[in-house]
Amino acid sequence: MANKLTRAVAGVQEWFNYRTPGLLPAYRKHMSEYWAPKNFNLWYYFGSLALLVLVNQIVTGIFLTMNFKPSAAEAFASVEYIMRDVEWGWLIRYMHSTGASAFFIVVYLHMFRGLLYGSAQKPRELVWILGMLIYLVLMAEAFMGYVLPWGQMSFWGAKVIISLFGAIPMIGDTLVEWIMGDYLPADATLNRFFALHVIALPLVLLLLVVLHIAALHEVGSNNPDGVDIKKTKDARGRPLDGIAFHPYYTVKDIFGCLFFLTICAFVLFFEPTFGGWFLEHDNFVAANKLVTPEHIKPVWYYTPYYAMLRVVPDKLFGVLTMFGAIAILFFVPWLDRSPVKSYRYRGWMSKVLLGLFAFSFVWLGKIGAGPGTDPVETIVGRVLTLYYFAFFFTMPFWTAADATKQVPERVTMHD
Amino acid sequence: MANEGVNHGRRRFLTATTAVVGGVGAISAAVPFIKYWLPSARAKTAGAPVQQDISKIEEGQMIITEWRGQPVWVVRRSKAQLDALKSQDSRLRDPKSENADQQPKFAQNEYRSIKPELLVMVGVCTHLGCSPKFHGEIKPEPFDAEWKGGFFCPCHKSRFDMAGRVYQGVPAPTNLKVPPYTFADGDKTLIIGVMPEGAA
Repeated sequence: MANKLTRAVAGVQEWFNYRTPGLLPAYRKHMSEYWAPKNFNLWYYFGSLALLVLVNQIVTGIFLTMNFKPSAAEAFASVEYIMRDVEWGWLIRYMHSTGASAFFIVVYLHMFRGLLYGSAQKPRELVWILGMLIYLVLMAEAFMGYVLPWGQMSFWGAKVIISLFGAIPMIGDTLVEWIMGDYLPADATLNRFFALHVIALPLVLLLLVVLHIAALHEVGSNNPDGVDIKKTKDARGRPLDGIAFHPYYTVKDIFGCLFFLTICAFVLFFEPTFGGWFLEHDNFVAANKLVTPEHIKPVWYYTPYYAMLRVVPDKLFGVLTMFGAIAILFFVPWLDRSPVKSYRYRGWMSKVLLGLFAFSFVWLGKIGAGPGTDPVETIVGRVLTLYYFAFFFTMPFWTAADATKQVPERVTMHD
Repeated sequence: MANEGVNHGRRRFLTATTAVVGGVGAISAAVPFIKYWLPSARAKTAGAPVQQDISKIEEGQMIITEWRGQPVWVVRRSKAQLDALKSQDSRLRDPKSENADQQPKFAQNEYRSIKPELLVMVGVCTHLGCSPKFHGEIKPEPFDAEWKGGFFCPCHKSRFDMAGRVYQGVPAPTNLKVPPYTFADGDKTLIIGVMPEGAA
């Protein structure tokens, strides 16, 4: 019996191998024979967690579209309908809204990991750039998603963000009308944002994610030591410090996923709006085009950039500062001139400056989320914005000048 | 097919013509997709003039009405508010309303209005389109210790005085916009979207 079964399985396997000869090699390349450094630490969870959240957003998103009405007249009520009357609708909706914030949490940690261990350095420039494109598309995707419930924050957030394009000389005003399809955010705007949010951007996002992982698997993963594991191989040409992605890291990542989902479940069941950080209170009020909410701010993941926009006392320059802050991230692979990758082997300068950078980014986020009436805070915001840009502009100098320690031949383990 | 007899000229010609015809086709095909996003005929027709009864507005009071989907403020300014306007000139970006795009000719005066006491203004911040809040009282505010009444934008903290003139050092670049308007019914009714008779 068992013999018959194994033969049957082997037969099916052969049938497929004959017709799709590329399938098994692809599985080996990306899973069972993808040699990942054996010294991954906590920071290396966030890539796979981002993938998990992406799947969550797609699945819950599909279900939400089944009851959501993408029209200015019906959108707000249809979301409330999902929340109150649809069986388990509240859970699906909160999974989607909590997932959006969770996405940015893991992506920000994932990006910081890259800075920490010099993952953008040669030969992983393309991995970094594709990752930054994902970040960019994700911000557009999240913005359009936030407009869909057509609450007060949806409407006024849309108004402000779309008006940013009005700062462009000559074509600005026409461009704003073109984006909105009206003279203010209206039915046409909501409807097209729905189309972009559920079809166009997810397709782009998925393509970029595939390319991001494909580019990574060409050059191999970096690690907390920044050691190139391909330099020391065994007789069969396998890196001595590498272990197979499957089963070793799939098991590790599944553990991480469950830990992460436990935290998410806690948020979902006990604090789904997260005190107004994940879903703002004003967005539980239907859009009113005649009254701007008393205290308007974007969701937390945009607030560092929003703070920059607000502290600059000039419209065009403020918008340029905001977009420039994101654009400059693309150049990190070439701004980082350090001969070593990981901060573990860099000098005090790199450690202090990177620490200050993370600190100022978070503080800017706090300023952007606040009312912004305090003139002292405006000054602080300007100093932090200046530091944000100075960090990148001077990076070639301090990374090159900073002391370094000898990087070991092999990765180090701490257990 | 054998390699002999390859006609390179023919290949080049076919590649070039395909590229040109394909390019023209792609650009032409993009036009409808891009224009699809412009305001539709229905959106364009929603811009007719609106009427508003203004006989019941008390001194210092503001009402908000709607014109072309935008909030329009109507404020009956008090004498104290009007008298304070002059004192602000040195703190403003464009005290004389020299930017002609921001008001019709009839409102290019000290009060930026037809009747001194009656302010009619598009309530949309010239920074990024929020609707500023009315802070009419002359008293120190958290955002300005020497506040003489005016409008404060909650989004990006731009400040405007009681004539909608923008203060210096805020993100908004220009004064608030004055819409074309006129009066009817012996000044009891305000019509927004129509120029006063005889005005250019």
